[in-house]
Amino acid sequence: MVHRFRGGIHPEDKKEATRHKQVESLPPPPRIILPMSMHIGAPCEPVVRPDQEVFVGQLIADSNAPVSAPIHSPVSGKVLAIDPFPHPNGGRVKSVVIENDGKDTPHESVLPKGSVESLTPDQLLRIVREAGLVGLGGAAFPTHVKVTSARGKCDTLILNAAECEPYITTDHRLMLEAPEEVIGGFRALIKLLEPRRAVIAVESNKRDALESLRRTLPGKTNIELVTLRTRYPQGAEKQLIKAVTGREVPPGKLPADVRCAVFNAVTAASLHRAVTTGMPLTRRTVTVAGSAVANAKNLSVPFGTPMIDVFNATGGFREKPVKVLTGGPMMGVAQFDLSAPLIKGCNALLAFAKDDVPPGGDEICIRCGRCVRACPMNLLPVYLYMNERKDRLDELENLRLNDCIECGSCSYVCPGRLHLVHSIRTGKQKLRDKKG
Amino acid sequence: MDEQLTVSSSPHIRADEDTRAIMLDVLIALLFPMAVAVYFFGWRTLSLTAFTVLCCVLFEYAYRKLLKKPVSVGDMSAAVTGALLAFVLPPATPYWMAALGAFFAIVIVKQLYGGIGKNFLNPALAARAFLGGVASLSSFVEPLLDPRIPVLGAADTVAAATPLAEESLEALYSGVTLFSWQDMFLGQIPGSIGEVSAALLLLGGVYLLIRRVITPIIPFAFIGTVALLTFAFPRGGVPRLEFMLYHLLAGGLMLGAIFMATDYSTSPVTPRGQWLFGIGCGALTVFMRYFAAMPEGVCYSILLMNTVVWTLDKVGRPRRFGVRAFRRGEKGGKDHA
Repeated sequence: MVHRFRGGIHPEDKKEATRHKQVESLPPPPRIILPMSMHIGAPCEPVVRPDQEVFVGQLIADSNAPVSAPIHSPVSGKVLAIDPFPHPNGGRVKSVVIENDGKDTPHESVLPKGSVESLTPDQLLRIVREAGLVGLGGAAFPTHVKVTSARGKCDTLILNAAECEPYITTDHRLMLEAPEEVIGGFRALIKLLEPRRAVIAVESNKRDALESLRRTLPGKTNIELVTLRTRYPQGAEKQLIKAVTGREVPPGKLPADVRCAVFNAVTAASLHRAVTTGMPLTRRTVTVAGSAVANAKNLSVPFGTPMIDVFNATGGFREKPVKVLTGGPMMGVAQFDLSAPLIKGCNALLAFAKDDVPPGGDEICIRCGRCVRACPMNLLPVYLYMNERKDRLDELENLRLNDCIECGSCSYVCPGRLHLVHSIRTGKQKLRDKKG
Repeated sequence: MDEQLTVSSSPHIRADEDTRAIMLDVLIALLFPMAVAVYFFGWRTLSLTAFTVLCCVLFEYAYRKLLKKPVSVGDMSAAVTGALLAFVLPPATPYWMAALGAFFAIVIVKQLYGGIGKNFLNPALAARAFLGGVASLSSFVEPLLDPRIPVLGAADTVAAATPLAEESLEALYSGVTLFSWQDMFLGQIPGSIGEVSAALLLLGGVYLLIRRVITPIIPFAFIGTVALLTFAFPRGGVPRLEFMLYHLLAGGLMLGAIFMATDYSTSPVTPRGQWLFGIGCGALTVFMRYFAAMPEGVCYSILLMNTVVWTLDKVGRPRRFGVRAFRRGEKGGKDHA
């Protein structure tokens, strides 16, 4: 049975360029830049000083705020400076700059913690926090916060390996190359949350990944593999829960409110590594692709590596890039300064040549209704657009503007080339401004 | 290099299909009924259609140019309006009248309200209603007429009675069907250029469905309502099935339900709104045909329903995601259909 949600789109998946490519490990560059904000929530404060010597896996920054995640060094070397640097999500953010001594000396704290079976749930939860884990599907929400808020409230635990954005194949490669890490991390999450039902959900375009997981699971297992219909935005949390359980997360509520918890497959694998090797989250797999890239690749990249170094490591550009994205083409963020470093939530670096960047033009709505059919949140993007343009804020609230998950499906299908999502974002800002 | 990167809001990719591609598909779908018109009524129908298309495109171009607005004829919507306008005119309609209709459709109905997507009445139908008001639109002819109506100049023919003409309807309601359903299905009956052949209109509709230009809701609700009402309440002693078929195949029902009521600008965008719109069109059509013996029932029904499109979208707003959905969580199964 293939599971589904309402609405959505089916863009060309463009995964062919990297889906068969083994993940290569990128050595850390001579200098890395670790922004104090690599996650959703409060930024960290450095716990190191300039000129201090640091080692691989050493804690660099932390925060006492409830929603935050600590940051660790992916290299050994010396702290050069603590200064504001360009950040991939815009602006400049306080960052710790470390000069790599090239020795990769591990920090003394990096020791195997045992096994999922031997550790208690509380010990596991401490590891989740201390390893700096965040949602690696793109949102970068601190994992320990999610686990804490979901403990004792879930009957269904879902591992999200939908990977519905075009181009990106990091989850796919992980399931093929290290299925035992995915399953190991998932077992740790099962131990933490004690769900009645534990599901690994994969889109139907990754049959080989499902097969790989099936081979790795023992014959008798309580872990369920679910094939999802290949449709964007299948990997969006609310749509995934809907497809797997039939439940809908109410507006403004969390998955725990419908007794579900969702974690990304890469997050689970990183947890497994933190448990078995003691190495906190210091690098991740990134899909480097797009029409301007000479060699599309999957690279394991240390955090803090400037984006331009990642591109150069794949062989640079085939053509001058006109647009560079962190993340997928549907929800990714357009970059303007490639010296900005790679951070935790970044699952792809895409560079596009001129022909792949749609030109701007007149926006003319013909009221075709495609946006209404594509919206997975049952909204009316065409009416949101009209009312935003006319500053009718009450009507925007009435039309549930804030339910929008900004998946981009409406803009994608619009034959009149309206910037619907942009208009909705503007509308959300106007509502925030009004409320002060 | 960095300062030359494009920064824009997501998403960063778009589907290939644009407005022009959609309008081209509509024009392709209209070729099916066009072929039938040429076969039954001669080349005059093609030249009249080409003429209204040309007029509509010219009026749109001139209006946009004069008001210094971006010229929009490239989106092909004016051409579609032109073709649809010709399709609701009798085959022997004089050219001047067609030009007048094109002016009304494009300038008064479409452009004065802001152009494509902004007009609230269907331009072709509004023009047809307007022409019906200023002149007599009765230049219908028998199919396969010999000699054919000349391509140029006035037709020297006797006006033929269509299946919805007063005398035909009177006959029907007293128990006599003047046209066989086979002739009506294929289109060998007097009527407007594009309305006679239900078979080829349905084929055009199937094309639009396959190309996903339209969804089945409005045509299905519209035709279904007419079928249901005429089957449930036949008049004049004609067997119900025959009576129903007569109403389904007579006049502009297929053209209206498939090509007119599905016009984007003038129909609801919400699925539930579309159901109500289609049902409303169907009910009004039957009402007018029963109680007013109006041959233009379909045309006026659609125009009337056009005026409540926004209300229907309000009423038909989809259920909010996450509201009244989580009921039987224990089983973890589908909670609702």
